[in-house]
Amino acid sequence: MFIFREKLRALTLATALGAGCLMTTNAPLNAKTFEPQAVADMLHLVLSSDRTIYTKKVVKRLVNKHKVIKASEFYEDEKALPLPAQMFRFGAEAVADKTDSFSYSLLSLWPINKQNKPTTELETKGLKYIAENKGKNFYGEETLGGKKYFTAVYADTAVASPCVGCHNNHKDTPKKDFKLGDVMGGVVIRFPID
Amino acid sequence: MISKNFIFWSIWIVSTLAIGGYLSAVMVFKGDRSHFLIGETTVGHHQIELACNACHSKGFSDVSSIQKSCENCHAAELKISDDSHPLKKFRDPRNADRLAKLDVTKCVTCHTEHRPELTQPMGLTMPKDYCFLCHQDIGKDRPETHQNLEFTSCASAGCHNYHDNRALYERFLERHATEPDMKPNPFVLNHDAEPLAEEYGGLKRGDALSMAAADAPGSIFSNMSGDAKEAVLTEWRQDAHARNGVNCSGCHQPGKVERADGAAIKPSWIDKPGRAVCASCHVQENKGFLAGKHGMRQQEGLLVSEGKAPAFLKSLGLFKKQELTPMRPELARSPMKTNAHGRELSCTSCHGRGALASGKVGDTVNRNSQTGKVAGLHNFDVQPANVQACVSCHDSEHTKTYLGSPHHELWVKELKGELPKGSGVTCATCHMPRVTVEDEYENFITIVAHNQNDNLRPNEKMIRSVCSSCHGLRFTIDALADEKLVRKNFRGKPQTHIESIDWVLRRSSKKGDEK
Repeated sequence: MFIFREKLRALTLATALGAGCLMTTNAPLNAKTFEPQAVADMLHLVLSSDRTIYTKKVVKRLVNKHKVIKASEFYEDEKALPLPAQMFRFGAEAVADKTDSFSYSLLSLWPINKQNKPTTELETKGLKYIAENKGKNFYGEETLGGKKYFTAVYADTAVASPCVGCHNNHKDTPKKDFKLGDVMGGVVIRFPID
Repeated sequence: MISKNFIFWSIWIVSTLAIGGYLSAVMVFKGDRSHFLIGETTVGHHQIELACNACHSKGFSDVSSIQKSCENCHAAELKISDDSHPLKKFRDPRNADRLAKLDVTKCVTCHTEHRPELTQPMGLTMPKDYCFLCHQDIGKDRPETHQNLEFTSCASAGCHNYHDNRALYERFLERHATEPDMKPNPFVLNHDAEPLAEEYGGLKRGDALSMAAADAPGSIFSNMSGDAKEAVLTEWRQDAHARNGVNCSGCHQPGKVERADGAAIKPSWIDKPGRAVCASCHVQENKGFLAGKHGMRQQEGLLVSEGKAPAFLKSLGLFKKQELTPMRPELARSPMKTNAHGRELSCTSCHGRGALASGKVGDTVNRNSQTGKVAGLHNFDVQPANVQACVSCHDSEHTKTYLGSPHHELWVKELKGELPKGSGVTCATCHMPRVTVEDEYENFITIVAHNQNDNLRPNEKMIRSVCSSCHGLRFTIDALADEKLVRKNFRGKPQTHIESIDWVLRRSSKKGDEK
C-alpha cells in the first residue's frame, strides 16, 4: 500500500512538473504574448547571423583565404559569388514572394544603388537614429498604403575589410570614408499590425 | 386585315428577341464570342484573341485572374531574362507610394489589351515617360550623363528596357566597350544536330538501327511497291531517329506493349504521328514551339467555344466545344506568301524535306504516282529548317533581303564547304538560336530555342544569344537600333548611333580621375 501511495505521489509530482514545463515552454509561443518588437529582434538575429556566416564562411574564406573565386555584384557574368548584401536582398525578395506577413530590407543613408535609400519618413528617422546611437535599435509605427506597420531598424555595421573597401571605392558611393565598425546602413523589418 | 405596321413591328420584335437571345446564350454558354471583341489585340496576342479563356479565366473584370494568366505564359521568360523590375521587388510595403502612382505588380497597368489606339511597341499602353515616377532623381544622381534627358527616351533610345537589361547594364557595356565590329573568330554554335544528340545520350552515326530491325507491322507496307518500302526504310535509317535508336513504333505506336510472340497488343498504328508524339521526346523544343507564334494556338485549353451549353443545344450543333485551330500563315499580321496559305503549322512544317518539297504536311507516304518513289517524309534533317522552311512562308522585306545578304552569303559558303561549320548565319541562327536552358530535372542543357519570338521582344535580347558570337557590342547595339538596316537584313553598316557605351566610358574615366 505504501509503495502504491509513493508511486502515486511520484506520478502526480511528475505530471505537475511536466505540465508546468509544458506551460513554460509554450508560453512564448502564445501569439498574445508576442510583442512585434520581440519578433523583429528574433528575425533580425537570424538574418544577421546568416549574413555574417555567409560573409565569413563563404566569401571571406573562398575569396580572401583560399583565393579560388571572387565575389562580385555581377556574379552571374563574372562567374563569381554574390555579395553578402545581394544574398540578403535575394532572401528578402524570396520572402516577399511567399508572404506579406513581414518584410525586410537593407537600406542606407549613403546607398550605392539609389533605390536603396530610405523612402518613408520613419526609415529616414530610424537610419539616422541607429547611425547616431551606436548599439541601439529603433522601433516605430507607420502607415503605408493605408495599412499600419510596426517597423524596426537595426544597425548594419562594417564587419569585414572588403565591406569598407568596396563601399569606399565604388564609383557610385556618396561616402568614401567608412571604417571597420562604422554603421553603413540599416536592416529594416516590418509587420502589418492592423 | 393585318396592318403593315403590325407586320413590321412583329418582325422587329421577333428579330430583336432572336438576336438578343442568341447573343445572351453565347455569353451564358461561353460560345464563340468573336462578335464581342472590344478592340483589336496586340501583335503578341492576336492569334489567341478568340480564346477568351486564355486571359479571362474568371470573368472579364477579375484583374488577379488576368494577372495569373499573364504569369502562366510570361513568368518563366521574365525569370530567365533576369527581370529588372520583378514583382517581388515591389511587394515590400515601402513601395506603397510608388505603387499608388503606378501599380507595376499588375502587367495590365502597362500592357492593356484591346486598346490599339494606345498600343506602342512591346505592347506598351502607358505614356513613354513612366520611368519618371520612380527615377525622377536620375539627373541629380548621374549628372555627367543623365541631366536634362527626356524621360520619354529612357526605353526608346536603345539604352534601357523595363524588363530585360542583360546586355544593356553598365558593367556589361563597360566590359565590351572596346570590341571591334567583327570579332576575330566569328562563329555561332554549330548547325549540326549530332553533337547535340550525343549530348542527350543518343547513338553515334555508326550505331544506327539496321533496316532489318525496323519494327513496323508487315501490313503497313502491303500497299507499297518494293522501291517505296525500301525508300522509306532507307530514309528512316539515315535519319537522326534511327541513328538514335528510335524505331518505327517509337513514333507510330508510342507506348507499344508486345505479347511474348512479339505482336503488338496496343496501341494501334498511327499513320500520321502528330506534335504530341514528337513532344514525348522533344520536350523543350515543344515547350518553345507552344510559347512562340508558330505554336501558341496549340496550347492546351485554348477554347473558342467552351461547350457549356445543355446537351440538347449541342445536339443541334450549337455552342459545341471548339478549340483554336493550329496557326496558318494567312492568319499572321506580318506578310506571308500566298502559296503558303492553308498550311497548318506543326513540327513537320519545318522538319522533313518531303513536306517542304510537296507543300503537303503530315503525309506519311507521299508517293509519286508515276515513279512510285516517296517524297521523303522520314527525313527529318534539320538543315531545311535553317532557311528553306522560313522563306517558304515568310514574305517580309527582312526575309526577302536575307537572300543575297552578307549573312546569307556566309551560309552559302558554309554549305559548299568553303567555310567551316558555324560560319554561316541563317534565319534560325538569329531567331532560333542554340541556348542553354534548365530542364525539369534542373540540368543545364543546350537546345535549339523553338520560340522564334523569344529574342525579338525587344531585339536587344539578341545581343547575348546571337550577335555577340561574331560582332562587338557597340556595333551590335547600333545595328539593332537601325530599323532601316534591320529591314534590309543588315546589308551595310549602321547609320544609327546609341550613346550608352560612350556615356559609360565617360562616367568611368571621370570616376577614375576622382580616385
